[in-house]
Formats: sequence, C-alpha cells, structure tokens
Amino acid sequence: MHEVSAHAAHGAPTSFIRKYIFSLDHKVIGKQYYALALVAVFVGMFLSWLMRLHLGFANYAIPGLHLLSKTGAPGNVMTPEYYLQLMTMHGTIMVFFVLTTAPFAAFGNFFLPIQVGAEDMPFPHFNMMSFWVTFVAFLVLISSFFVGDGPTLAGWTQYAPLSAVGSVAGPGQGLGEILWASSIAIFCVGQLLGSLNFITTTLDMRTKGMSLMRMPLTSWAWFITSLMGLTAFAVLMPACILLILDHVAGTSFFIASNLVISGQLLHHSGGSTLLWQHLFWFFGHPEVYIAIVPGMGIVSHVLITNMRRPLLSHRVIIACMTSIGVLSYMVYGHHMFVSGMNPASSLAFSFPTLIITIPATIIVLIWIGSLYGSKLRINAASLFALGFISMFISGGVSGFFLAQPSIDIMLHATYFVVGHFHLVMAVAAIFGIFAGTYFWFPKMTGHMMNETLGKLHFWLTFVGAYCIFMPFHYLGIAANVRRYQAFTDPYLIPLIPVHKFITVAALATGAAQFIFLYNLVHSRFWGAAAPDNPWEGTSLEWSTATPPPHNNFGDKMPVVYHDPYEYNIEGASSEYVMQTSPEQYTNPHEEK
Amino acid sequence: MAKLFAVTIILIAIGSAIPIVMHMWPMPADISLNGHLIDEQYADTMMEAGLAFLSSQILLAIFIWKFSHPKPDAKVKYFPGGARVLVIAGFLLVGTEVVALGVFGAKAWGMAYFTPPAADAIPIQVQAQQFAFYFRYPGPDGKFGPIHPNLIDDAEGNYFGLDTTNDQDSKDDIVTAEIAVPVNREVHLFMHSRDLGHSFYVPELRVHQDFVPGLDLTIHFTATKIGRYEIVCTQLCGLGHYAMTAYLDVKSQEDYETWLKQQAALQ
Amino acid sequence: MRNGRNFTVVLSTVVLISCGALILGQKVNAAGEGKITGTVKLEGPAPHMRGIDMSKDPWCVKQHANSPAHIETWVVGSDGALENVVLYISQGLNGTEMAAVPKSVPVFDQKNCMYVPHVLAMDTSQDYKVITSDQTTHNIHPLPNPMTGNIPWNESQPPGAAPIVKNWKHEEVAIPVQCNIHPWMHGWFVVVKGPYATTDDKGEYTINNVPPGSYTVTAWHEPDMTQTAKVTVASGQAATANFSFKAGR
Repeated sequence: MHEVSAHAAHGAPTSFIRKYIFSLDHKVIGKQYYALALVAVFVGMFLSWLMRLHLGFANYAIPGLHLLSKTGAPGNVMTPEYYLQLMTMHGTIMVFFVLTTAPFAAFGNFFLPIQVGAEDMPFPHFNMMSFWVTFVAFLVLISSFFVGDGPTLAGWTQYAPLSAVGSVAGPGQGLGEILWASSIAIFCVGQLLGSLNFITTTLDMRTKGMSLMRMPLTSWAWFITSLMGLTAFAVLMPACILLILDHVAGTSFFIASNLVISGQLLHHSGGSTLLWQHLFWFFGHPEVYIAIVPGMGIVSHVLITNMRRPLLSHRVIIACMTSIGVLSYMVYGHHMFVSGMNPASSLAFSFPTLIITIPATIIVLIWIGSLYGSKLRINAASLFALGFISMFISGGVSGFFLAQPSIDIMLHATYFVVGHFHLVMAVAAIFGIFAGTYFWFPKMTGHMMNETLGKLHFWLTFVGAYCIFMPFHYLGIAANVRRYQAFTDPYLIPLIPVHKFITVAALATGAAQFIFLYNLVHSRFWGAAAPDNPWEGTSLEWSTATPPPHNNFGDKMPVVYHDPYEYNIEGASSEYVMQTSPEQYTNPHEEK
Repeated sequence: MAKLFAVTIILIAIGSAIPIVMHMWPMPADISLNGHLIDEQYADTMMEAGLAFLSSQILLAIFIWKFSHPKPDAKVKYFPGGARVLVIAGFLLVGTEVVALGVFGAKAWGMAYFTPPAADAIPIQVQAQQFAFYFRYPGPDGKFGPIHPNLIDDAEGNYFGLDTTNDQDSKDDIVTAEIAVPVNREVHLFMHSRDLGHSFYVPELRVHQDFVPGLDLTIHFTATKIGRYEIVCTQLCGLGHYAMTAYLDVKSQEDYETWLKQQAALQ
Repeated sequence: MRNGRNFTVVLSTVVLISCGALILGQKVNAAGEGKITGTVKLEGPAPHMRGIDMSKDPWCVKQHANSPAHIETWVVGSDGALENVVLYISQGLNGTEMAAVPKSVPVFDQKNCMYVPHVLAMDTSQDYKVITSDQTTHNIHPLPNPMTGNIPWNESQPPGAAPIVKNWKHEEVAIPVQCNIHPWMHGWFVVVKGPYATTDDKGEYTINNVPPGSYTVTAWHEPDMTQTAKVTVASGQAATANFSFKAGR
C-alpha cells in the first residue's frame, strides 16, 4: 500500500468536456456508468412490456408498434420474428448493460477508490476509455434496431449454427447478427479495461492502515467480481470474433458440414456446434455471478449499517464470495446437460453446481443470523437489502432442481429456468442496485432521496416481482417451453390465463419503476441537502465530504485504525466508530 | 412497517407453495418405463427445496419482526453459536442434501444415458429442420439408407435426401411426418439435424435431448401408455420455433403394424 | 394571289392529312397488338404425385379432411394438359417494350396451407402481393440466386395480417419460394421482362399485348425445364405456339 498515491494524482479539471464528458475522475465515470445503466434498464423494461403484451394477449395490436418496425409489426401486430428480436435485445441489454454495469462499474467505480482510501484509480485514462468503449458498444447494439431486417433473433445466448450461418436462417441474422457480435466484443474490451483498474486499485492503492481484511465487503465484492470479469470476458471476446469471421470470412468455426437450410446446401464444413456453447457458457456462468456478487457486497454493507452491528463473521462472507467466484468456472456445463455433450460431463458439472449452493446458503444464514439481536432500522435502502435476501432465497432454491441433470430433463428450456434466473438476476441483483442507490445517492449527489416514495417503490416492486416471477415456475413444471412467441400447442393452451396474469403484474410493476425514476431525478435537483454521514456509517466514504472533493479526501489522505463495521462494540465510546477514528479499545468479538 | 413486511414475506412464501402443494398446474403424467426415477427425484427435491424455502423465508420474517424498531438502550445480541454454528449448519444440512441429490439422481440419469438400448429396440430416425420433424423407419431390411444433402427436395417430399433409385438400403425406407411406436416396446431413436440446433422434448415420455448439427446421437425410451402426445422443439431455431411440433402416437402392436404398412404404401 | 391561296389550301390539307395519319396511324398500331396463344402438354403418363402429410399443424389437416393435398411438381389435367407452365418472350422485344411495367398486381395466396397459385409470373419491378387466407401463421421465404442481384427476404404473416407488397428488380427464371413453418409449401416466382402468361388447368395460355414482330417464346416448367419456339405475330392477330414436356430428369 502507498502513503501517497502519487501516480493516480491528476489535477482538478477545468473545461466542461474534461469535467463532465471525457472525465478522468472515477466518480464521474461511475455516474456515467449509472446513467448508461439507467437508460438501458428502461429500454430493456420497455422491451419486456412489448414481449409480455404479445405473450399474454396473442396478436394484440400494440398501438404505435409499427413505428418501431414496419416489417416487424405490420398493423401493430408483432410478427414471430420480431418477438424473438425484441427478446434477444431485452436479454442482451439487461445482462450486459444493466447487470454488469450498474452494480459493478457504476457503484464500484465511484466507491472502490474512496472505500480503500485512494485518490483515484491507477489508470484514469483506461478508466475513462472503459466507459466510452462500453457506451460505443451500447450504440452499436441499439443500431441493429434500425438496419435492414432488424436485430438478431437468436437470443442473448446466440447458439450456433443459427448465429453463424447468416440471413438464410432468418430475419436479423445477417447485419443484425454482426452488429450484436461486434457490440459484445467491444463491450468486452471496456470490461477488461475496467477490471484492470479495479484489481490494481484494490491491491496497490489502499491507504495507510487499510489492510485487505479492513476493506468493506463492497470493496471485496468488487475485487472478486473484477477478477472474474478479467477471465470471463477474455473468453467471450474471441468467441464473438470467431462468430463474426464465420459470417464475413467464410470460416466454419461453429458450422458443421453438409447443412441444408431452407433448401440451400451451405458450403461451410468442419465446424463444431458445441464449441460455441462451451466458450459462451465458460463466460456466461461467471457472468451471472458478476451480476450478483456486487449485490451481495452491497446488501451486506447496507444491512450492517442499518442493523447497527457487524455481521457474525466478516471472514466467512469473504471466503464464501471468493469460493463462489472460483466455483463459478466449474459449473458452466449445467447449461448444457442435454446439449449433446458427453452425459458423463453432465454428471461431472452437476456436482460443483450442487456444491456452490453451500457458500450461497452460508451467506444467507450469516445475514439472517446477524439480524438476530440487531437494532434494525427500516428505510428504503434496508428494505431493498432485506428484499434481496428473500428474492435470493427464492431464486436459489429453484437451483436445486436445475442442478440435477435428471430433473433438468424435464425443466430445461422451460419457464422454470426463466423464473429461476429472473428471480436472481432481474429481481435480486436489481434490488442490490436499488439498495445501493438509496444508500449512496446522498454521498454521490449531495441530496437526500424522498423516503416515502422510496418505501412506496419498494412495496410495489417487492410484491409485483413475486407476482410476475413465481408463476413462471408453475408454468415450467407444466412443461411450458420458453422462447415461444405464442402458445399454439394444445397442451399449452390451458396455461394462457397464467400468462395473462403475469402480463398484468409486469405492466403494473413496470409502472411502479417510474416512481423511482421520478424520485431520482427530482431529488438530484431539489432533494434536501445531504449531510456527510446521513446513515451514521463507519467506512471511508462517510468520513469525507458530501459529495467528495476531486481527490476524494481533501488535504490529507485518511489513515485507517479500525475494521470497517465497528457498530455497537462494547468498550467503544460511541455507538459507532469510524474507520479513521484514532480511538483505541478492545473489541471482545474481534475475529482472530 | 417492519411487521407488515414480515407478514408479507410469510404470506408470499405460503402463497407460493400453494399451487405446488395443490398440483394446480401439474407436471404432465408419466407414460414411460423409467420416468418414475425422475419423478421420485423431483418429489424428493421438491420436499427439500420446499423446506429450505419456507423455513428460511419464515425465519427472515420472524427476525425482521422481532428486531426492528428496537428500544434505544437495547443491547445488540449475538446469534447463539455465532458464525460457526451457521457455517456448520450450512455444510451439514445443505452439503449432505445436495450431495445426496447428486448421488441418487445419477441413477435416473444413468438409466437414460449409460444403459445401452435393448437388442430388439425398434430403430427410428428423427430429423429436425426449420421448422418440422420428419421421421424415417428403416423398413424390412432394418437399415437406413444414406442421406445425400444435395438431393434434399422438400417440394418433392424428399426431406431426407434419399436416393431410392441407386441406394439399395433406401428403397424400403419409410418417411413419415408423425412417429408411431408400439406400446411397451423399446425404441432406439436416431437423431439427425439437417440445419441448426433443435431439441426433441416429449414431457410425458420424460425424454429431452438436443440435436447437434454434425453429431448424430441416439437416445432410447419405452412408452407404456397408448395415446397421442406432442413432441416440441425447445432449442431456439428461428421464427417458427414455437410452431415446431410433431405428434407421437403410442399404439398397440397391431395398430402400429397396420399403420406402418399404410405408410409404406404411401412412399 | 390565286397561287398563294391554292398553296395554302394544299399545304393545310397535307398537314391535316399527315396529322390525321399520324394519329390514326398510332391507333392502327395499338389496335395491331397481337397475342401469342397455345397449349402445353405433358408427354407420357403423369407422374404419381404423393399426398402431403400435414400432421404437424392440425389446422392444416382439418382444411384437407375432405380434399387431400398432393405434391404439385406436375399438375396434369385431362388429356395431358400441363398446368403451371410460364410462357414469356425471351427474344425480340425492344428496350421500350421490355421496360414497360404492367400496373396489375399479381396475388400470391396462402390458402389451406398451400400456395395459390403454385407459380406466380411477373415482370421486373412489377409489384406483387402476398396474402394469407389461413388461420395459421406462415412465413414467406423466397430465395433468389445471389448472382441475379435480387435480394432475398423472409417475413411471416400471422392470420389476418396485412398483404405484403414487394417487387423484384432483376429477371430471374425462377425464384423458389417456401414456407419454413410448413415445409411442404413450395412455389415459384418467375420474373421476366415483357408480357407473360401461365397455363391454366386446361394447359392453355394467352400472352396478351404483344406488338407485331418476330419472337422467341420460352416455356418454363419447374424446376428448370425450358423449351423455346419461334413465332411471328401479325398486327391484331394471334400467333400459336404449343409445347410438350417430358417428365423425369
């Protein structure tokens, strides 16, 4: 660690462009990522409304839809191909530009340097580039809405050969596909630049007294996530490049020989269908943990502050998050149980998949166990943190089924899977983002958010999300196949009323998100002024001004004397002791 | 508000369990010889998952109820046994449970994938293409003739690309748009994809296997109940994926043979 | 003076008569457009066209409960009358005649899970309309040869959907069109320059609006069988060209 973080120092910017656009300041970059994720989540949510309208009410003429795509929705009725195209964009936007961006890149960029006591990250230019590269990736992806026959329709998972053979396989599989693969390859570059900064900040830029074990759990979560990001995105990027080559260079990485599509014999030969799946899921599984681990850190951090006590064990949480990160590389084949891969491999993958339940369960037990005997404060942030725990339990429990290949025979590619991953990603991870927002908004902007609106937002979203996603599991058990734009098979027709219920719940819950958006925007400009430490927190972000000055801490870099969560410690002179407080005492519950 | 939240969590937990317990939208009934292994595994998992779900949600709710809005001078208490007890509980309860599920679940998986088909299993080929399944019976010679991709002509009904003029083995092959199997006889299903990734899923049969372009693989199953069942594609294959269906007829041995003769006459 | 007056009268008369001849002459040309007509037959016994099993879509099955569908490669009427043959002028039309685009809009229907008509002929740049009369969703996927410059398209039509109107910029004999949802559905778009006709169930055809002249007429039958004949069309008259195809390749 460094006493003076000399090589991160850059002077305060003076020009408008340097201050707000091409900023080197990690705090501005964090806010830029947040803004990008905010736009992306509303676009992704709007797409989900279109999907749900079409699924719940078959051939419903959605007013104005033909303006979005004349061929996709003639007479405002969505065609089968347009449904799949919207579905693909929904998944891609949400997974990449919301769930990887907000919990990790947005909050991590803003708070990691501050929480470890650094002036900024060690490579500010790379950091700035990481945002703008991500932004370009977003533009490239969105542009596919406006080309020829629209975006790719192959799902966010883009299985080959459908994704590799070109437009003969369907609308959007020509230029739309190339734009998707290019966008994601560009996104990977942005993530690699970001991960590089996070890792070096954590290892090299901690201030005096800030040992690794004294870092808050959010810093640990971001550190572990960035290690996962470095390795996972490094595999996705070449996979996307190979996919593009199959389109433009006549290669056959993912295309087997002698394929006949629509009566046309393709000239490709020798490629492997399953190779794409292995490459994709080697990235894809760590990716979903990249989406959830920061949320685990945020929930821990927010809960501790609002419980007014540390968790039962700091070390155990770190060990669990780390083991989840490591195990996440060994489980990816559970997406491929019936893919045609060797069935022995399927069994092999199922064991780490079942075992990863253990650290996840321990984290939940520690959270719940720490609630015992705590002095729990209820506010918007803590409600979302507690809601995360409930959602994570629900989503995790359905994993028991999917982890077993024999049961996966029944549930693979059904709505059961869709329910599982939406509960953990679309709900739990998003709750982590909400908790972080309500908690850190004062520090980031200098204003308080409206508590009443925050609580209203929570109630509508918590109940609404359960109403939307619990029924998905029942549909899946009844063998409702996923990625169907309509339910015309005789055995599916009795399930359509459930879909109608889900659609109504989805539209209502979606509408509730505008309460959050209003709260965000209104508070940013007209919210009450925020004090430096509104939640009486102990970690370094609360020891500096609100909002923090350009170099985060002003004249003197902080010196750390305490563990991150000294709340209600016997022997301490006050109810909470900040990490920078020079006060000395013995903590009877200190972990040795 | 905390108490309301706690009650809400409990209501949602119990409410979520009701459709499962009441079998409101049940799994399609099993009509296969070995499917009961999967169903038993599923029932065990449901019980354990249900227990874990309900107990953790209720505990969460109880603690929220009890420990919010504390008196200002209340002292913070520690969960009896602290983190150690919870770590041990996590390992023991969940660890043994998941390992047990994994070990016992291997039997159901093994029956499907690690046992060879019976010697007298009926060979049938299924070909997947955008957006239909077509089937082929090998005929009296028991052999499937070679597939010539360049001879494929859907307009002429030559879905498989067979050369019935020059290939002896193809002459007696029977190509159909539906698959019929005799009840209680094992079927050895040869799976071939003509173009992209597709999947063969018959929920009642407890059979689900992806097609892999370039890799012809086989599965086997025995149907135990006469009836007409749907085969649905579950691997996204393009705009018609939702409409990619075919029908499986489980017939008596007699009816099956009659049907096969009729189909042969239509070739 | 008398000479001047006489001259004026003669000149006016000549001008009047010339104009009249010009105008009437044009009418005479239009009235002189002829036709090419004839019959196309299949030599030898009609190949057996197998039935189509539509069981993947129960709605299609229901529509054919009383009238089973058959493969339509060879549609042969009584006395060898060959349907679905497209006749067009492959040689002899001048630039203006080839460039003219008819205003009519040929219609391609999806009816009872079959294409009606099986073969649709049209001019380059002539709008054609694809409609669906069915209560099941179809997709229309023509696959032109990339060398022609025609651009493939693939769009679906759910029940009740609006017609799809397209046109082809380049000549192509012929573009296969199929439905991927109902793989047995196959048809053809035959894109030619100039007037054309398709044989009916009697094997008869008439190409209208043919200016007088000498031409080569081509008869096309799927997938790529062609025959030619030379005709001379006199103004206002019908020339005859009959063709005969043999099944088998």
